[in-house]
Amino acid sequence: MADTARDPPPESTDFQELEDGEDLFPEPAATQESGPASLPAEDISTNSNGPKQDSLFDDDPEDLFAEATEEVSLDSPERDVLLSDGPSPAITPITPPTSVITPRIGLAHDDMFTHSSFDEIEEEEGGDSFDIHIAVSDPEKVGDGMNAYMAYKVTTKTSLSLFKTDEFSVKRRFSDFLGLHSKLASKYLHIGYIVPPAPEKSIVGMTKVKVGKEDQSSNEFVEKRRSALERYLMRTVKHPILLKDPDVLQFLESSELPRAVSTQALSSAGLLRMVNKAADAVNKMTIKMNESDAWFEEKQQHFENLDVQLRKLHASVESLVCHRKELSVNTAQFAKSAAMLGNSEDHTALSRALSQLAEVEEKIDQLHQDQANADFYLFSELLGDYVRLITAVKGVFDHRMKTWQKWQDSQLLLQKKREAEAKLQFTNKPDKLQQAKDEIKELEGKVQQGERDFEQISKTIRKEVSRFEKERVKDFKTIIIKYLESLVQTQQQLIKYWEAFLPEAKAIS
Amino acid sequence: MHVHPLFALRSVSVDLNHDASLLIDIPDALCERDKVKFTVHTKTTLSSFQKPEFSVPRQHEDFIWLHDTLVETEDYAGLIIPPAPPKPDFESPREKMHKLGEGEATMTKDEYTKMKQELEAEYLAVFKKTVQVHEVFLQRLSSHPILSKDRNFQIFLEYDQDLTVRRKNAKEMFGGFFKNMVKTADEVLISGIKEVDDFFEQEKTFLLDYYSKIKDSTAKAEKMTRAHKNIADDYIHVSATLNTISADDSTKVEGRVASDQELKLTELLRYYMRDIQAAKDLLYRRARALADYENSNKALDKARLKSKDIPQAEEHQQHCLQKFDKLSESGKKELTSFKGRRVVAFRKNLIEMAELEIKHAKVSSTIQPPAAKGWVCSV
Repeated sequence: MADTARDPPPESTDFQELEDGEDLFPEPAATQESGPASLPAEDISTNSNGPKQDSLFDDDPEDLFAEATEEVSLDSPERDVLLSDGPSPAITPITPPTSVITPRIGLAHDDMFTHSSFDEIEEEEGGDSFDIHIAVSDPEKVGDGMNAYMAYKVTTKTSLSLFKTDEFSVKRRFSDFLGLHSKLASKYLHIGYIVPPAPEKSIVGMTKVKVGKEDQSSNEFVEKRRSALERYLMRTVKHPILLKDPDVLQFLESSELPRAVSTQALSSAGLLRMVNKAADAVNKMTIKMNESDAWFEEKQQHFENLDVQLRKLHASVESLVCHRKELSVNTAQFAKSAAMLGNSEDHTALSRALSQLAEVEEKIDQLHQDQANADFYLFSELLGDYVRLITAVKGVFDHRMKTWQKWQDSQLLLQKKREAEAKLQFTNKPDKLQQAKDEIKELEGKVQQGERDFEQISKTIRKEVSRFEKERVKDFKTIIIKYLESLVQTQQQLIKYWEAFLPEAKAIS
Repeated sequence: MHVHPLFALRSVSVDLNHDASLLIDIPDALCERDKVKFTVHTKTTLSSFQKPEFSVPRQHEDFIWLHDTLVETEDYAGLIIPPAPPKPDFESPREKMHKLGEGEATMTKDEYTKMKQELEAEYLAVFKKTVQVHEVFLQRLSSHPILSKDRNFQIFLEYDQDLTVRRKNAKEMFGGFFKNMVKTADEVLISGIKEVDDFFEQEKTFLLDYYSKIKDSTAKAEKMTRAHKNIADDYIHVSATLNTISADDSTKVEGRVASDQELKLTELLRYYMRDIQAAKDLLYRRARALADYENSNKALDKARLKSKDIPQAEEHQQHCLQKFDKLSESGKKELTSFKGRRVVAFRKNLIEMAELEIKHAKVSSTIQPPAAKGWVCSV
């Protein structure tokens, strides 16, 4: 009994049992077509990397911390994870995870060949040939004391040929999710892909669960987390590129997963991250980018506004949830009080009517509770997710700026070297001259690369943003409609209760 | 702010104004800063009044004066004096209005307008409420066979000058406080006294118990409606931020449910809580009279023993007995009719409340789908 800590919130139509396969993210209608869902087994050329690889190797080590802008919590992706995790599948986008495992050479290496290849894949994908569903269920407490953790069952149902079978499950713990996110973020964020952020850590919440407190609040916490993890995975696999990432596939499919250690909240890695983040914030302020593309400027502004509005809305909805819970408590108290009043009443009919009133109010209280849950799970959590997503989007824009900066820097450096070379021409130092010429050649390559990177990231961002916006609208529409339906239902239920009470009131004589 | 109270939501009490010989209502009220000026309008066929129809302006303090003079009148000791109307309390909406003004910068124009409307509605509701309770107080008096003939009541209705002169001065106010203190000490007296009459024994038990229950219910109902109001406010913020093109009326409906419920349920409970307090007061006076009578008996016995002042003691004893009997008799009548009144009032208000709840639930369940469609298209 101590193992299953899950106590699902009162059953209501608003959030069904997970095993239904239908959840907060209703699948798009077109799930039947097979079409591009079975991914083309193209042989994506990996040889296009050749010379480009080298230049990328020379990237400053500091660039490895490029994703600094993405998350606010301590436990964002950490370099060490990637390197210490040992062999993990390189990104060969189409081939199934059983491909050759090559040791990770350097992050940058992966980026290049993914660009061209992914473009093609995306075009192939088309629209809604999306048939994968993930459920997170059965939270189970494993272990005891402070080393205990919650294990969740991750069930995937799909008809995509990307996977070995149609339906399969694995057990994962929270740090596994964080580990997955960290890997994805480090691979994709700085080339412009919007990687969905993972649910936040909560030391307080988890401690309560670990310590074994089986009460309402820790059950709520587990449910909240379970739901968040599910949304996270669904968002991740909805992304056509991320879906095919070997880390994602491994996460979903393989029964054993190497433990992601540096996701721990208070690690030296975490502190290092904080420092870098601060440094980045300063850098951001000093980069003055000549925005030649009005689209980007407009979009950035749009996201800034959206961020503000969503935060405000989130706060209002949280307040709403809180007040509704309060209303529910007050209604329950009133119901009890009215019942007692009915008992004291010596006029029989009135006494009965008052008792009936008490019963009605009790039912209404339950109704309020259900509504509060709907408020929360449908509305509030969605908003929270989007607030975090917007942060990721803004991060991606920042990466573009950084890419631009890098390009500009190399250009400047090239300029300087050219000037230096020109000067050297008049001196008699053939070695130095040759060295200068070599350096220049190298730099020219770098500059070209920088420009290409910049263009690529800009292109990627455009696509990502349009995809994101589409998803956002769809998400919100679905949730809002569901939410309004729940409101209507509540009202209709209220009508029923009061209509049943009315004759009782009329019967008082 | 000058308001004509709408006649839509009428009084908590049952219609008291059916005796055509003396019809009273408050058709109009004016709110000046802190003071509310009521226009008391009387229509009468009684010859004791100078004119058949007339109106006078009265303040809340005038009502209190009237109530207190009635309470202090010995002759009315055996009657349930209708509870005095509570002081108009605009503190809550005023405070909210102040906060709203401060937070104006953080809201969109739309949001601010809606919040302001909500507050104005709340203000109006408080206003309506206070007019109602003052009106009911007068109507209770006018429909009471004995109290309606009270001289001070007539003065209150008719005297076209300011009543300030007749009102309590500071010293008398203090007397009022003192009286209250003594009263609560004597509440112990009521519960302690040995009851000779079954009817009163039952009534006492019932009233004491019922009073505490209804007090509790009133408090809980108030909390409920306050929570409801908070939710309505939240919805305003939410809908404003959602930026609906088609008006999202769910906010108004939720808010209105709160204020109507407020008027119906909470007011019902609150009113009867005060009324029961008045009934308890009657019991107290009777208990006092009984105590006096018993004391006079003891005094008589002592006098007989000492053979001194016997006739005075006898007279005193007789007097106490008479007073006690008179109180018991009228008390019985009062309490019986009180019970009937209470049942009828509860019935009326519970029905109206249920009907309102249904009406509003129906409205919001039909408004929301179109609002949803409209909004969704705008996203």
